Amino acid sequence: MKSSTSLLSLLSFVMSGLLIASCAFPDENEDTDPIETGKIQIQFDNVVGSQDLKLDSVRYTNSVGEDFTVSKLNYFISNIKLTKIDGSVFTVPQDSSYFMIREANAGSQKLVINNVLTGEYTGIEFVVGVDSARSVSDESQRKGILDRYSGPTNEEAMYWDWNPGYIFLKMEGSSDSAMTANGKYEYHIGFFGGRTERTLNNLRTIKMNFPGQKAIVTTSIVSNVLIQANILKIFDGPTQLSIRKSPGIMFTDSSKNVADNYANMFSVKEIKIN
Amino acid sequence: MKHVAGILSITAAILALAISCSKKTDNPEPLPSDKTPTPLQWNKPSHFPDPVYDLSKNPMTVEGVELGRFLFYDGILSRTDKIGCGTCHQQQAAFTHHGHDLSHGVDDKIGTRNAPSVQNMAWNTSFFWDGGVHDMDMVPPVPIQNKVEMDERVANVIEKLKKTPVAGAAKQVDYPKMFKAAFGTDEINAERMMHALSQFMMTMVSATSRYDYFVRGDASALTAQEKEGMAVFIQKCGSCHSGTFFTDQSFRNNGLIPNRIKDQGRYDITLNENDRLKFKVPSLRNVGLTAPYMHDGRFTTLQQVLDHYGNDKISSKDSIYVSPTLDPLLNVAGQKRGISLSATEKQAIIAFLRSLNDDDFIKDKRFSDPGIGTSL
Repeated sequence: MKSSTSLLSLLSFVMSGLLIASCAFPDENEDTDPIETGKIQIQFDNVVGSQDLKLDSVRYTNSVGEDFTVSKLNYFISNIKLTKIDGSVFTVPQDSSYFMIREANAGSQKLVINNVLTGEYTGIEFVVGVDSARSVSDESQRKGILDRYSGPTNEEAMYWDWNPGYIFLKMEGSSDSAMTANGKYEYHIGFFGGRTERTLNNLRTIKMNFPGQKAIVTTSIVSNVLIQANILKIFDGPTQLSIRKSPGIMFTDSSKNVADNYANMFSVKEIKIN
Repeated sequence: MKHVAGILSITAAILALAISCSKKTDNPEPLPSDKTPTPLQWNKPSHFPDPVYDLSKNPMTVEGVELGRFLFYDGILSRTDKIGCGTCHQQQAAFTHHGHDLSHGVDDKIGTRNAPSVQNMAWNTSFFWDGGVHDMDMVPPVPIQNKVEMDERVANVIEKLKKTPVAGAAKQVDYPKMFKAAFGTDEINAERMMHALSQFMMTMVSATSRYDYFVRGDASALTAQEKEGMAVFIQKCGSCHSGTFFTDQSFRNNGLIPNRIKDQGRYDITLNENDRLKFKVPSLRNVGLTAPYMHDGRFTTLQQVLDHYGNDKISSKDSIYVSPTLDPLLNVAGQKRGISLSATEKQAIIAFLRSLNDDDFIKDKRFSDPGIGTSL
């Protein structure tokens, strides 16, 4: 209740601010509100070990010695929470908390979170994928980046029509080890737990502390949290994956192995104060 | 709250100004394009249950249904502009793909399952052989965005529709105009497109077979053999093919030998071991018109279908494939697997099933290609 109350007051503060700005009645007394907000940037950088990921042009080697390129890498990030130094948690309003990171689109990798309570933050939490409640919600609740019929979700085919649900992570590329007709490997990982009956749940929550640094949010200071995603870990984690053995992992039980692996691919690289 | 009141009064003032301004140049004669969509009252056949589809979220209009009919038949929904819904769902075959065990889509790519009939969709609790979709509005994107069917993106279909009519095109369809007629404004978006298609599919009701006349009280509508077949059918097939639509809408493994791609059916949706090799029990309405049969169209005649269930193939081999999910009704301890059916009973059942053919439905001009379709 505490957080929703503060959220409400935050909202009303923003609203009243908007009204004041747009009307600017000189004789009105400006309501004073003790809550101050700022913004924070969260930047995702996809890497391969110590190298920056380059689409198509560079061949990499996974942990079982198979070569591969990456032609496409997209994943959803949602339900972001920030931990304050006092242990309290600031939850980004859910409607503003869905993003799709696309390696081919630099702008998509920089998330700007507005209306963050000012303070010092020591950690971050987010979900890779689209939570089940939102996945089954009415389509009017899934516009913007979640619109299955327009924009990136449609263009990048990040939604399964035949078994309705978002693809949380999609990685495709080619490999000499892929014994497919076109030499491609394709990982499409989805499954939010089931619409009418319980199914596999490949939603993964990532929780990380900021290493040795704090992200400071004030009305003027914007911190930039750089998160690296090491895609070698998609192949190598609790389960070591082989492109030769499984060039296509989509709607199968083994998709959970991929999800378990990529749940470990994120790390907070650094925090910059702007 | 003071601020809000201030804003409101200002907005009201601006609005009042705008209205008074426009009134000066007011044209007393309304333009014909301002016509509002004509509400359409959808009525279920009296002997049918209430529909599953929620019409309150998609109120039907005459123009909406007509738009849906155009969209249903127009190849513009596919990447090649050549494959429409009507390509694989042809009216004379009760909206299945006549003569095709598996349908071919763009660039002659072959699908993996037999095109199911588009009929009485209003009562479906789930769609497709694996039941992955639960809402009629979510049916069209499946073939549209499937790589081997129409291989198009809905976002691109919307863009193409917005650009109609295309100068010089053989088929001149003005979709902005049709969307305006159906929904009041010429905005074209996916929700409207799916709603229009659903409105059309809501009207595709098959309820006038001879069997229907029998059910509604005309005892002479069925022959003696058909009535005999009905009795055997109810006793031996009716536990799965039950109710008004001859399906309990469940998913079952009916003992078919897995095909070359080892299609796992419902399992691919749920990943539940108990769902392996299960497919949706299809409606049998118009079944005499929808050959070939089964999820991969492996049987070309009803006789073959009944021979499968009867486990009567002329071979020493059991034609019922035994696996952990085989329907228990086909695997009763102490009995030969399958359903015990005499040759006479089979003939009677087939005669009865043909009484489910609905000639009015397959000839109804309201469901026909308005002249824009493509058939392959």
